[in-house]
Amino acid sequence: MITLKNVSKIFGDRTVLRDITFEIAKGEVICLIGSSGSGKSTLLRCINGLERHDGGDITVEGIPVSPQTLKGVRSKIAMVFQRFNLFPHRTALQNVIEGPVHVLGRAPRDAEKAGRSLLERVGLGDRCDAYPSELSGGEQQRVGIARALAMNPTAILFDEPTSALDPERVGEVLKVMRGVAADGITMIVVTHEMSFARQVADRVLFMDDGYIVENGSAEEVLTRPRVARTREFLDRVLNPV
Amino acid sequence: MLNQFLADAVEFLPTLLSGLGLTVGITITALLVSVILGLTWALMGMSKFAVVRGISRTVINVVRGIPIIVQLFYIYFVLPELGIRLDAFLAGALGLGIAYSVYQAENFRAGFASVDPSLLEAAQSLGMSEHTILRRVIFPLAIRVSLPPFGNTAIMLLKDSSIASTITVAELTRAGQLLAASTFKNMSIYTLIALLYLLMSLPLTFMVSGLERRFKRK
Ligand SMILES: Nc1ncnc2c1ncn2[C@@H]1O[C@H](COP(=O)(O)OP(=O)(O)OP(=O)(O)O)[C@@H](O)[C@H]1O
Ligand SMILES: [Mg+2]
Repeated sequence: MITLKNVSKIFGDRTVLRDITFEIAKGEVICLIGSSGSGKSTLLRCINGLERHDGGDITVEGIPVSPQTLKGVRSKIAMVFQRFNLFPHRTALQNVIEGPVHVLGRAPRDAEKAGRSLLERVGLGDRCDAYPSELSGGEQQRVGIARALAMNPTAILFDEPTSALDPERVGEVLKVMRGVAADGITMIVVTHEMSFARQVADRVLFMDDGYIVENGSAEEVLTRPRVARTREFLDRVLNPV
Repeated sequence: MLNQFLADAVEFLPTLLSGLGLTVGITITALLVSVILGLTWALMGMSKFAVVRGISRTVINVVRGIPIIVQLFYIYFVLPELGIRLDAFLAGALGLGIAYSVYQAENFRAGFASVDPSLLEAAQSLGMSEHTILRRVIFPLAIRVSLPPFGNTAIMLLKDSSIASTITVAELTRAGQLLAASTFKNMSIYTLIALLYLLMSLPLTFMVSGLERRFKRK
């Protein structure tokens, strides 16, 4: 459903993405790993057009991603952010129905009903009227996921969804993400949670200096990486000093 | 002495109140002009086109660099020579509105700048159009930051509306001046004028601090 062909991205004189080529099938869960600065966020942001790619082609369900097609592309792809990025002046429920009402044009009453059941699904049925500032990080991120789901997307991009959380809050978010995966929603997840990658990902991609240097099953990439850089990276992530 | 003051108050208030009406009228009109122009300068200042940003910056620097009284003289005395004739009230309101638009622009700019760019990305990812993002995200967040200084600007504008007296608008200060010149009751008249200004500005002051408290909570 998402294809990238020879995609490149340059910031000033710095090439951040180089010759990125891969495909994601509908319903597939992909974990994207790699060290800081390797281009993971930039890759996600190019897919939903937050960043304009400089070379190559990206298509989403056959639509080429370009400034003219952003609206269509974004109606199929939602995004979940490391720092949640919830609207601080709106309650959990209002955050969730913002897109359905003001982008999709749903009736507020219907959107609210759907929004409540989404919040219930992520375990926040009793927190609908709380403002983001009144929620823990884990709760905010679950609202973020509910907000993404409310758009009824075919795919969701997750950019380090648990990196800003206290360790004891990571599990609750990963659990919700497993549920999303089980529902057959296509997912690209930038993460350092190797156990999540191992258990949920259909494929793991490893990025290094703008290149994708590994692209295989979690088993292959995480236990029998092809290149030394991947081994070093995994070593660092799995055995932090 | 108090009795004398009350007697003077009864005598002069009708005249002063008609001046007060003009003061309120000129303040509200100028406020409206300053908001529309100020918002325009602020939005132009955020444009992706350098030329547009340049125009906004130039206007702000020029207007800020000229005394308000000179701007009013220019509109009231010079523009007629160029064929643009405005009555005193309109010239005063327009002049004050233009002069104050640069302070409003700064209020709005600070408000816009306070909006976390990552929220705009969240809104974009939801597929919101630029217009929807302005309406649903930027404005409601910016206004929390802009409103308190906006209130202070409104109070300053209310007081500076007395400058319109210099181009013959018989607003509160001018009405009082004329009364004082003919009756020599300076103490009563200027005390009344000061009280009337306070009567208008104090509620604004309370509103501003109320808003500040309310926005701090959320
Ligand atoms: N808007 C930008 N302007 C200039 N350079 C940028 C911009 N965004 C990212 N970069 C650079 O591009 C490179 C890749 O950044 P990116 O955020 O994609 O890395 P990442 O793999 O997500 O890293 P991290 O794990 O730290 O989030 C970095 O060197 C970064 O400094
Ligand atoms: Mg990143």
